[in-house]
This record gives sequence, structure tokens and C-alpha cells, in this order.
Amino acid sequence: MTLSLQLEELKPASSEASAIRSTMEKFKIQTEKLNAWFANNHVLKDLSINVKENEVTAIIGPSGCGKSTFIRCLNRMHELVPGARSSGAVLLDNTNVYARGTDPVTVRRKVGMVFQKPNPFPTMSVYDNVAAGLKLNGVRDHQKLDRAVKRSLELAFLWDEVKTDLDKSGVSLSGGQQQRLCIARALAVEPEVILMDEPCSALDPIATAKIEELIASLKSQYTVVIVTHNMQQAARVSDSTAFLYLGKLIEYGGTTQLFENPKEELTERYLTGKFG
Amino acid sequence: MAVSEEARPKQGKTPARARLASLRFPRRFSCDDVFEASSIIFAGVIVLIIVVTSVFLVRGSVPVLESFGTGFFTGKNWIAAAGSESYSALPFVLGTLVTSAIAVAVGVPLSMGIAIFLAEMAPWSVRNPLSRVIELLAAVPSIVYGLWGLFVFRLWIRDYLETPISNYVGSFPVFQGTPLGLDFLTAGLILAIMIIPTVSSISNDVMMAVPASQREAAYSIGATRWEVVRTGVLGYARSGIFGATILGLGRAVGETMAVTMIIGNIPALPASFFQHGATMASVIANEFSEADPGSLHLSALIGIGLTLFLFALEINVFAQLMVWRVLKVRGGSVE
Repeated sequence: MTLSLQLEELKPASSEASAIRSTMEKFKIQTEKLNAWFANNHVLKDLSINVKENEVTAIIGPSGCGKSTFIRCLNRMHELVPGARSSGAVLLDNTNVYARGTDPVTVRRKVGMVFQKPNPFPTMSVYDNVAAGLKLNGVRDHQKLDRAVKRSLELAFLWDEVKTDLDKSGVSLSGGQQQRLCIARALAVEPEVILMDEPCSALDPIATAKIEELIASLKSQYTVVIVTHNMQQAARVSDSTAFLYLGKLIEYGGTTQLFENPKEELTERYLTGKFG
Repeated sequence: MAVSEEARPKQGKTPARARLASLRFPRRFSCDDVFEASSIIFAGVIVLIIVVTSVFLVRGSVPVLESFGTGFFTGKNWIAAAGSESYSALPFVLGTLVTSAIAVAVGVPLSMGIAIFLAEMAPWSVRNPLSRVIELLAAVPSIVYGLWGLFVFRLWIRDYLETPISNYVGSFPVFQGTPLGLDFLTAGLILAIMIIPTVSSISNDVMMAVPASQREAAYSIGATRWEVVRTGVLGYARSGIFGATILGLGRAVGETMAVTMIIGNIPALPASFFQHGATMASVIANEFSEADPGSLHLSALIGIGLTLFLFALEINVFAQLMVWRVLKVRGGSVE
């Protein structure tokens, strides 16, 4: 596989990155010339984006522009699809997650993910769903698990609704609750970054509002990257926004600036609904 | 203009409709009626076969049940010699349970390994041919397994498995006796091989039916490949896998020819793996030609047939319910 970059290429990139870091705000994730393919279909083209720590970064763009592929490259989920590959570097705290010898499993423990459709484990209880990741990490101590489950459910704004039903099946909850359960499951392993792939697209407006509120509260402790179809949502929840079109980064900047005063004509046309 | 344009296609349609109507109404029977009636008859035949079989089995076993009562299920002896006749299904019921248990204990883990490899690990170029080969194994007639079992497999088991066990732990009651290879253990192991195609291909289907979102969920919380299978796939598919196991059990319970050739055919209560024995299916196959028409012996064999019939029926109904549950979940609400 051509996933990992040559080590020689890596070193200058990292030192350059640390130079940037010392002079500017801290970047949690930096992609450098990130390219991705599905078989022969070139879906991401030379994407270089710096994601700031403790911010919500939204990725917007029309269907098929590579939004989902982009965030799936950040925690190495992309390569799980048969025939998928990528090139370039993704630096998490200045370390390339695609460097040779990096275990994707450890990357995914640091970079959690929430998917479009809520996907709790149907044969597990609410409690076990949240504890699943910790159990994979070998945590067996019941008190520790109890505390982590409570903390994660509280962070996901779900504790009050399920604290008496922790033994119920995860799929007995409503759609919005299931999605918050999935967020709690991702939070339980104490990741540093949370990726969200259109987390509200299967939910009603009230459930969506709850998740948006939740996202805003998460950024004090986590770095959030959210893909969304919904431009209003991007405007509401994010600090920075990246606009992708046909696999290329068209514009990237502060959300207010990008929405109110886009530099690129293409961005403006997309935001005003002329295409997309 | 607009009106006439609308009207024209209608006019164009009317004659065709009229023609269709004239075809349909004057005839008393349409092809549909014939089709429907014949379908009902064919479907009815299935039900009829089950009913007729049950009636035959119940009627045939009346004499032996009248003679021995519940003793037919609790007695220890099966003696067909005239004068000292004594019939009990117990040795064969236990024989079937022992061989089937060995088959499931050995065959199911192997099948799981195969199914996990096919569904989760194997690249496409391997998955397809390999799953075809496994399905081919199911098509091998059981008499062929019996021949191979008798002339090849039995010797392997005797020399490389039973003899060492006998040398080291031969004093354990369950391993007592001279290992000849014609015993419960060999019969159970050949059954294990015979249920692998069923169990592994159904388990494979069930695992493939697990939505990708489940695997992604496991990957996203930092699961390794094996942990993904354990957390994301096996949990979701577990009742289907259980159903596959039960279907395999059903096959093991009913399997006749290969077992009859290998098990030794002695109607004794099982005490050791290295002991000649018999199962419900094997005793029927083995003794049917010797039993005189109308004799108590024949009735006893039919009584065993009835027991086996009920066993297999229950197991299969149960298994189908379990498999359906998973496939229904897939089409339904869980995802």
C-alpha cells in the first residue's frame, strides 16, 4: 500500500509544522497534500487544511465532493474500504498518522468518530455500548467503568434520560438518543478529536438542536471536525469552515468570514444556493 | 387543441382495453385459476407428506408402546432375539446425543473459523472460490463420507488420536476400551466434518448480513480486526450463528449412512468414547432388513423412527426461527 509516506519526506514536514506551531495558534490536525482514491476514482486532491485545537471545524460542500472521505482519512477509516488508498500526510499533534509503523488502531483511539446513522451495538445495553471501547482497552475495574460511563453520558447530554435504563438495549432509545449514545461511546475512550460525519442527517429538528448544543459544549475539551450538508448548521456550530468542491479545497477560513464575505466566487455561489 | 390532444390517446387506448376485456370475461377459467389451483395442490402435497409420515410412524409404533409403555424410553436393553425380546430406545437416543454433541463441539468452532475468514478476512479472489468449495462439500453423498471414514479416516483417528489418548489417559472411564476407530468418537468426528458446510455457509451468510456500520462503529472506538469481529459482527449475528449451529445439529442427529458404517452397531448405553455403539438412525438402517413384517422388532424400529422424527422436527423449527430473526433484523429496524 502507498499509505505511509517515506520517512525522509516526513521529517521536514514535521519540523516545518512545529515551526508554524511556535509562531501561531496550536493546530491539532494538519493535512498536507492529502489525496485519496477509491480504486481509480481520485476523490481528494491535494488537501491541506489546518484544524485548530478546541475548535469546531465544519466541512461543507455538495454531495460527492469528498467531505466524508476527508474526515475518514483523518482517523484512517478510509483505508478499510476495499480498493481505497490515500497519499500525503495527516499530522496529529505534529505526528504523521500515516507514518510507517503507526498502528491505525491507536490513531482511532485518539480520533473518535460519529456516523451519519446512529449505529449502537444492538445486542448490547446502553451501559455496555458506552463501555465497549474501554473494555477493548482492557479496562475491567467496575468502578472505573461506572465512572467513565456516567461521565461520557453526561458529556453527551444523555445521562438524565437513560440513568434508570442503563440495562436496556441500546436500540430501544429514540433516534436522537441513539446518536447521543454513539457520541458517548466515542467520548468514553477519551479521544482528543471527534469526527462527525453528518451526525444529524437522520434526525428530527429537536434532536438536531440537542446535538448542536452538545457539539458546542464539547469543544472546550475536544477538537471537533464535522461534515455537514446543512450550511445553516455549519454556520451555527463551527468556528472555522472549509468548502470542498470536486475533491479540492476551495476556501478555508473563519466561519463568520467565509459565510459573510467569501473570497471565492464558487463559495459564494454555493452558499447562495446557485448550485449544490 | 388541448382537449383533442388529450382525447386522442384515450381513444387509442379504448379498443385495446376492450380487446383485453373480451379475452378475459367470456372464458370461464383463466390461466390464473389453473395456476392457482395447481399451486395449492402442490403446496398441499408437502403438508400431506408430513401428515402421512406422522400417521405411519405413530400407528407403526403402537404395538411396541403398548408392550413396553414408558419402558420403551427408560429401559436399558435392546434384545431382538425371539423369546427374550426387550426393546428400549434409550441406548440409541443417548448414542445420537453423544455423537451429535461431539459433532457440534468439534464442527462448530471449525465452521466459525471458516465463516469468519470468509466474511471478514478473505480477499474477494479467495472468498468466492472457497465458499463454492465448501458448498460442494455439502453435496458429497454421505455414503462416500462413510467409505472414506471406514477405510481412511478411521485408521487416522485410531492411530493418531485414540491410541495416544488411550496410552496416556486410558484409565479415565470415558476413554476406556481398546481403540479400534469404530466407535462414538470416530462417528462424532465424521459428523463434525459433515456439518461444517452447513454451519459455515449459513454463519457466513449471517455475518455478511451484518451492516458495515456495525464494523465501522467498532473500528471507530479503536478495535483491532479480531475485536471488530467480536464486538461488531458476532454480537449482531449471534442468534443467526446459533441457528446455524442448531441446523448443523439437526443434520448430525439425522445422519445415517456414514455413522452406520463407522459406529460399530452395538446397542449399548454409551459409557466410553472408544466403545462400539449405535444411534437412532443407524439402528434403523442396520436392522430394518432383519425385522419381520408385523413383528414387535419392526414396531420398535418404527418407534425409534418416530422419536427421531420428533427430535429432528423440533431442532429444525427452532433453528429456522433463530436464523430468520437475524435476517429480519437486517431488513428491519435495528440498523
